[in-house]
Amino acid sequence: MSLVLTHARYQFLETIRVPISVIGSSVFPALAMLFFVVPFTGDDAVAATYATGAMLVFAVMSACLFTYGIGVAEDRAQPWDPYLRTLPAGPLPRFTGRILTVMGIMTIAIIPVLLIAAFLTKATVTPLQLLLGLAALLLGSLPFTLMGLFIGYALPSKAAIVVAQVVFFPMAVGGGLLTGPPSTAPGFIKAIAPYLPTRGAVELVWAATTDFSPALLSLAMLTLWVVVFGGLAVWAYRRDEGRRFS
Amino acid sequence: MTEILARTVEVTRTYGSVTALDRVSLDIHAGELVGLLGPNGAGKSTLVNLFAGLRRPTSGTVELLGGSPLDPARRRGIGVTPQETGLPPALRVGECVDFVRAHFPGAVDRGELLDRFGLADLVKRQIGGLSGGQKRRLAVALAFAGNPRLVFLDEPTTGLDVEARHALWDAVRDFHAAGGTVVLTSHYLEEIEALAKRVVVIGEGRVLTDDTMEAVRGLVGVHRVTVTVPETPDLPGVIGVEREGDRTHLLTADADALVRELVLTGVPFSGLEVRPTSLEEAFLVITGREPQPA
Repeated sequence: MSLVLTHARYQFLETIRVPISVIGSSVFPALAMLFFVVPFTGDDAVAATYATGAMLVFAVMSACLFTYGIGVAEDRAQPWDPYLRTLPAGPLPRFTGRILTVMGIMTIAIIPVLLIAAFLTKATVTPLQLLLGLAALLLGSLPFTLMGLFIGYALPSKAAIVVAQVVFFPMAVGGGLLTGPPSTAPGFIKAIAPYLPTRGAVELVWAATTDFSPALLSLAMLTLWVVVFGGLAVWAYRRDEGRRFS
Repeated sequence: MTEILARTVEVTRTYGSVTALDRVSLDIHAGELVGLLGPNGAGKSTLVNLFAGLRRPTSGTVELLGGSPLDPARRRGIGVTPQETGLPPALRVGECVDFVRAHFPGAVDRGELLDRFGLADLVKRQIGGLSGGQKRRLAVALAFAGNPRLVFLDEPTTGLDVEARHALWDAVRDFHAAGGTVVLTSHYLEEIEALAKRVVVIGEGRVLTDDTMEAVRGLVGVHRVTVTVPETPDLPGVIGVEREGDRTHLLTADADALVRELVLTGVPFSGLEVRPTSLEEAFLVITGREPQPA
């Protein structure tokens, strides 16, 4: 257990010392809050709460895709990674340490969004709703964690950067994260959103923080994404292990 | 018989159609300072990777400290050098050492380790800002961080200036003098000569020679006498013959005597050249002619 914390601590240090990666995950959603949410829906308590939930999912997705996808791919390319395999520890501390690190990054990424929502908009939640919302956010981050791991283990780092960016944007827009409350979204987004994991994730957060009731289709698709990318992530991890360490 | 810390028994390792190691059996005894010598691609790194648990043999067995190198508990007794190009650039020197030390219950004191490798002044520096030589020293120091019984040093002084190289050799000698076991790989003869007591030469995946440094030094005395002759004369003292176009290379331990004999035979020859062979060259030629039991 102490080795898990050791790995988490040093990976966190490594990540935080290249602050641009963390800033990327936290500034983009924060700016989107300032430019789109505050001026347009800031005075509408319900709409602002919806938008805040969407921006939280946005921040978490970005932290997952980039920290896992690019982080794992870059680490695989470094000779430091095989060196770590010679240290007296199994793969667990490194793997678990990484998950803790990403959770830390996610926390940093969502704080500006929460602060902006609290001070500059009329978005409101009860303490219980906030807690439930954060739990829903954690649950909703699962498909993006698996997607990031799949990208990181399946691709070389240069490809991982591109793929993470290419995946990221349609996921955000298509899932309806940038188009306000679900009822006001344009028709084509209403049509495709339920099939994307971003929508299932944000519906969990909305259900926890508002009187929104999630659609069965979105949640079923969210589960499907988790299953599919869980399988792909495990496949890519094993393939990578087999290729380098057999 | 001293304790065997690491051994391979009939180990073969292939990568696709390439055979990196071919039925290699090797014992590393406690207290030895073994130099692994061989050209690039000879199988040195594969052998070290097998001992360090990074790879599994295709066939045969690898033992480390009485168990399998794949068992993390066994690896508590060894230290390995990372490639310095891979050291995490964002971490500080002290943090990197602490991180590695955290894996070993009996790790050495950080300050003492940094002193030993001349890194004490750099403890707060980020690794990304170190020079190549400083990174190399840190990489070697990491192999000793866990207070290991057995260290594997892979090309430890590549890229170091003479002073730093000798300081590092002293650190390795001190470790050995205190009872530590060292497996050193290098393609620099000088480094193996300076440190190793036992020399294992690997070529094309096989152990070509495994002997004491003294015996190996005898072989280093081999010279290459090259002449253009119509046909290879039969001369005493020739331990290897290679033909290359119209040139004939004769390997001998006594070049002077060989040249004298050559003149006395009356064979017309031209373009006489005498030069020392490299250790690797001598081994490859000699063992190619008379394979030694591996």
